[in-house]
Amino acid sequence: MSIRKTIVATLLAVALGAGAAPAQSPNSSAPTTSPNLGRPISEADIKNWDIAVLPNGVGLPAGQGTPQEGAKIYAEKCSACHGDDGKGGVAPFYPGLVGGPPLTDGIDTKKTIANYYAYPTTIFDYIRRAMPYNAPRSLTDHEVYALTAYILSLNKLIGENDTMDAQTLPKVKMPNRDNFILPYPDRI
Amino acid sequence: MGKSDRRGRALSLDSVAGNGLLNRRALLGQGLALAGSMGVAGTTGAAAEPLKDEPWSFAFGEITPPLQTPSRFEKNVVRALSNPNGQFRTSHARTPHHLLNGAITPNSLHFTINHCGIPDIDPAVHKLVIHGMVRQPLEFDLDTLSRYPLVTRAHFVECAGNSAAMFSNEPVQAPAGLLHGLVSCSEWTGVPLSILLDEAGIDPKAKWLVAEGGDAQHLDRSVPVKKAYDDALVAIYQNGERLMPGNGYPMRLLLPGYQGNMNVKFLRRLKAVDQPAYTYFETKNYSQILLGGKTWRFHFLMEVKSFITSPSFGQHLKEPGFYAISGVAYSGTGRIARVEVSADGGKSWGEAALQAPVSDKAFTRFVMPWRWDGGPAVLQSRAWDEAGNAQPLRADFVAMRGETRKPVKSPLAFPNQHYNSITSWGINAKGEIAHVYS
Repeated sequence: MSIRKTIVATLLAVALGAGAAPAQSPNSSAPTTSPNLGRPISEADIKNWDIAVLPNGVGLPAGQGTPQEGAKIYAEKCSACHGDDGKGGVAPFYPGLVGGPPLTDGIDTKKTIANYYAYPTTIFDYIRRAMPYNAPRSLTDHEVYALTAYILSLNKLIGENDTMDAQTLPKVKMPNRDNFILPYPDRI
Repeated sequence: MGKSDRRGRALSLDSVAGNGLLNRRALLGQGLALAGSMGVAGTTGAAAEPLKDEPWSFAFGEITPPLQTPSRFEKNVVRALSNPNGQFRTSHARTPHHLLNGAITPNSLHFTINHCGIPDIDPAVHKLVIHGMVRQPLEFDLDTLSRYPLVTRAHFVECAGNSAAMFSNEPVQAPAGLLHGLVSCSEWTGVPLSILLDEAGIDPKAKWLVAEGGDAQHLDRSVPVKKAYDDALVAIYQNGERLMPGNGYPMRLLLPGYQGNMNVKFLRRLKAVDQPAYTYFETKNYSQILLGGKTWRFHFLMEVKSFITSPSFGQHLKEPGFYAISGVAYSGTGRIARVEVSADGGKSWGEAALQAPVSDKAFTRFVMPWRWDGGPAVLQSRAWDEAGNAQPLRADFVAMRGETRKPVKSPLAFPNQHYNSITSWGINAKGEIAHVYS
């Protein structure tokens, strides 16, 4: 809708005394000039889809896991692609999950979890939404915490006995966290 | 005139730059007069032969099909696949730009990247929810979105990894469609996202949307609310028909001029939040290591760029004479303001004609008349957008963004992201065309 049409529609709405939404609109405080065809839905009914995790921990579910628990799940569900102990080597298109050189080799540097990721929550989030590749969303939240703990432990970013949960995971500091800059800050 | 080209010959009135580039006015019906003034014959080659009828002029043709496909003589006009044998991994299909023209990509040839296959989505079941920091979470489906006042705009979509093989320290020998095939341009029709966000009542403190698809990776990206209110669409048609499955059927986020990966396909969820999620794709693939070891993130913008599609690698100039140099230019910042073309590897430049319409964040086709003298030539194009941004010269670009230490072996490789420098096609005396750096 052009700006002019929006203005005309707004003026018409005001002139007609359209202070309230049309009777058929289920969303009474939405803009009255809008079609308002969305169906109201509660956050409770969205919960099954609401898997986004923020770096401050918002969105992390209940549950917990340790590296030892994660190692067992990893051997069963992950190593076929990512290799034993996260070392990769199965196929060029399945990345290893451990190690990584310093970012001093320009564009030839290989990006890894340990040398590149800014936040540990990214690991949890991606495992939960996309892994295992052949069965996404099949892991329990406990299993996702355990696998996240295992990968962080393999990279010596947490101790071998550290438990990962909604409180501890966001506190893990990734080595590369403060190394990012914005090319276009005014676009945010 | 007082000018001469690099072989020391005087430039004619029609010449605008070295090695045979002609004034673009030659494209406006003044070509014959200009050719005459050059003292060059208007036609080349042998005289035409007497006409005869062909078999197809005597027989009843094929039954008209409900969905038409290109002529059998166009069988080679297909996308180049990165994963033709269907390995259990990401698949790319690249637009064959060297075989196309105009400024709109046919839907069947639009590039696509799928990280976990193409989902088979039933549009009657698919839903889009907007929630998080909003007054009232809302659910939409294809039927309800189709009832909105839709807008239609031409926009390119470009993968941030398009042209990545150009980061190679030696030129990869491949056609334009393999080097630059991860960009396409369509006329998209959809609902302005701002309308839907207003209806949900987005909280002013929400600065980001986490956009998520319904594919098996639940691919998600953090999108600034600022962009959503600028020009974002929830697109439900592509060139007049429903979206292609590989391009996001039944609905996708369209963020004109921003990294293709952010234009989330199979869009099912937009969550308004106060900070970015640092999703996998924005964390790893789509942030770039700089030469000093720092990294750019939230790069978003696909910067001003152009490349010549004809003549280009894989084509062959059969004889000296007139050729229309043609290509596409585009910028994520806005409209294309100017395209210049060089036939002598950047020593001299002439301004190309731009085909109308010149649309915002869309392909603009440029055309440059050229008379090839049969000698070596290096063709280049360089674009400027309306904000004054210039497509960077290769030496400047590589100095800032880097190049590989060893030659890249495959045009399908992704050594880096966001390449928008110049492409050079080197033509030898036989009319063969190679990819060169110049």
